[in-house]
Amino acid sequence: MTLVIRMLTVYPQTKTYFAHWKDLSHGSAQIRKHGKIVINGIGEAVAKIDDLQKGLLTLSELHAFQLRVDPTNYKILSHCILVVLAITFPADFTPEAHVAVDKFLAAVSRSLSEKYR
Amino acid sequence: MVEWTDFERQTIADIFGKIDYETVGAAALSRTLIVYPWTQRYFGNFGNLYNAAAIKTNPLIAKHGTTIVHGLDRAWKNLDNIKEAYTELSVLHSEKIHVDPDNFRLFCDCLTITLAAQMGADFNADIQAVVQKFLVVVVAALGRQYH
Repeated sequence: MTLVIRMLTVYPQTKTYFAHWKDLSHGSAQIRKHGKIVINGIGEAVAKIDDLQKGLLTLSELHAFQLRVDPTNYKILSHCILVVLAITFPADFTPEAHVAVDKFLAAVSRSLSEKYR
Repeated sequence: MVEWTDFERQTIADIFGKIDYETVGAAALSRTLIVYPWTQRYFGNFGNLYNAAAIKTNPLIAKHGTTIVHGLDRAWKNLDNIKEAYTELSVLHSEKIHVDPDNFRLFCDCLTITLAAQMGADFNADIQAVVQKFLVVVVAALGRQYH
């Protein structure tokens, strides 16, 4: 999963959230594992698309009270997800598909920031 | 002044020296207008923008997309002097066209995605980082003359 390494490389400021990891290089096992966790979280959001606020409550509390990720970074990660989709599905990732996914990821980001204050 | 490594200079020359301006320009601009519909506010005279299909086949939009991407020429051909190279264009966008500078970022995001779709696996993290840096510098230069 190139998603997390892509984010860490293109937007180095995001590395500040991973200072506690030993290995931030390409191919790092920690990074690959984390990519899976993030993507699974998004998969969970897809399943709960009709009530993201309720469905992502636990994740929102995690991000708000423990991780305390600045919400700007959700935009950054969302952009990286879109780039990976464009690379993986060049013909299918039409502008119409793009706007739908972007809208969805924005909603997920909003739900994740829900409990911040 | 922005510092560019040899790898960055080479990557930028490789990508922007070889893109098909018509295809990439049209795709990037139409994608911007579809994904961020509020950007259509600047295209009142461009004919039918009623839905995605109309936007994608609109010849005025396609032509303008090409113009915009050609606007990047003065950046990659003047990597060591981008600020000065964009003074005129910055004044144009601010004083004449009155474009909210946030739109530059939106267009660049769509341009990145268009390039990613074209280059596939070659558009790896390091390449994306170079493109991102380049576009951020251009966007900053374009916003400089706003007051």
